[in-house]
Amino acid sequence: MDDGYLAQFSSLFSQFDVLGAFGTNLALTFFAAIGSLAIGTVLAVMRISPVPSLRWAGGTYVTFLRNTPLTIIIVFCALGLWGQLGITLSSDFQTNFFRLAVLGLAVYHAAFVCEALRSGVNTVPVGQAEAARAIGLGFGQSARLVILPQAFRGAVAPLGNVLIALIKNSTVAAAASVPETSGLMRTMIENRPDVILAIFATFALGYVVVVVPVGLATTALSRRLSVAR
Amino acid sequence: MRARLALAMTAAATLTLAACSSGGGSDAGADETTGAGSSEGSGGGESIRIGIKFDQPGLGYQDGSEYTGFDVDVARYVAEQLGYAEDQIEWVQAPSAQRETMLQTGQVDMIFATYSITDTRKEVVSFAGPYFVAGQDLLVAADDDSISGPEDLEGKNLCSVTGSTSAQRIKDEYATGTNLLEQPGYAECVTALTAGQVDAVTTDDIILAGLAAQPANEGKVKVVGNPFSEENYGVGLPLDSDQCEAVNEAITTMIEDGSWEQILEDNVGASGYSANEELNPPTPAACA
Repeated sequence: MDDGYLAQFSSLFSQFDVLGAFGTNLALTFFAAIGSLAIGTVLAVMRISPVPSLRWAGGTYVTFLRNTPLTIIIVFCALGLWGQLGITLSSDFQTNFFRLAVLGLAVYHAAFVCEALRSGVNTVPVGQAEAARAIGLGFGQSARLVILPQAFRGAVAPLGNVLIALIKNSTVAAAASVPETSGLMRTMIENRPDVILAIFATFALGYVVVVVPVGLATTALSRRLSVAR
Repeated sequence: MRARLALAMTAAATLTLAACSSGGGSDAGADETTGAGSSEGSGGGESIRIGIKFDQPGLGYQDGSEYTGFDVDVARYVAEQLGYAEDQIEWVQAPSAQRETMLQTGQVDMIFATYSITDTRKEVVSFAGPYFVAGQDLLVAADDDSISGPEDLEGKNLCSVTGSTSAQRIKDEYATGTNLLEQPGYAECVTALTAGQVDAVTTDDIILAGLAAQPANEGKVKVVGNPFSEENYGVGLPLDSDQCEAVNEAITTMIEDGSWEQILEDNVGASGYSANEELNPPTPAACA
């Protein structure tokens, strides 16, 4: 314990692949972000559509997934989809779990993306939708050409919040046997209980370094992209 | 009027809290947090806080308001030898990753929680014992005769707990053709085993025996019985504790009067598992 803090950190970094673990979390985040944006956009369109059954389906999805703990969803993906139903997304053992975890993260965060987009839709004045209809656009056209482009620009800040939550939630993927930061942290504590504070500091600071730029970027983007009305 | 009411309520709440932290006794389940501040030194004749696992059937397990398992019974015996009656013991959950911290900050006085004695751990905590020598082993389906040791795992799926030394050993020494599934707990691993998706679960043999002895798993799984490591389970104590000698004496008495064997049989006997006789029962090592 006596050798300086810097020595403790450097011994941790040389003994364990900390950067690789953060890389896994960022990869999980990247794919899950794309997936949740796609699913969330479809859900948001369903929820603002004029078809009651679609609105109902979108609303049910959001209520159901948003109120389920993420851990349960991830464990279900690993032990339910793979363990009981035998569903595999890749023939490689580890890649399979990575994809199952991405699936779980994507379907969960899609519910939040949907709600963030809906808040963006609410920034679009009703007159715009009425004008779109008046010039003869159908629902799909007015959503695609008039409402959603403005909704995305109005929803940059809440979408950034979802992204930040997703980065940190990606650690739950440990429950699906993905070797990432929270699993590595447990391994490190198991092996090096003598430098436990340095271990905590490593991961706490690591996430600050990853998340702060995302926060700054979304704030800057939301300013620049906001629709002048 | 309102201020007086608020004052009275605060006083009542404080009294209730005080009653919780000093009394202990019957319901030790919920008071994990109360012990944090008030470290009143062990052996004071009041109560003793013992860290155990709450989620390992056969070793340390919370069953309603009861605590059962090999570690728990050993802890009871040692506490009795140290002069603490059953109702003076406060059971505290000690998950693997938090054991050193809990001893360092005085949240517990001693830990009986499948705690292997290692050199890096000795730098931050003290150990009495060992009171049991376990070894890493494999749990397989009851009708599976194809696996008799880690060499037979080539091309098989194996499950262990995230970050555990058992998982690391498999990765480092046997991983070449083995698919390792890491789960948050052993219960999840056994679920995957009984569902047929993994071929074996690995960790210390006595933990596996505890899982196999559970009524839900009885007859479905078996311990292979070919241990390939040596884990000395010790009693975790704060660094430079003065209790080490006394705990060692209690352990020696427990082994000599036959209680040790009885406790082992009561807790994991139902699985058909018997401890490695070359190494058990162990002789406690000299205190540092």
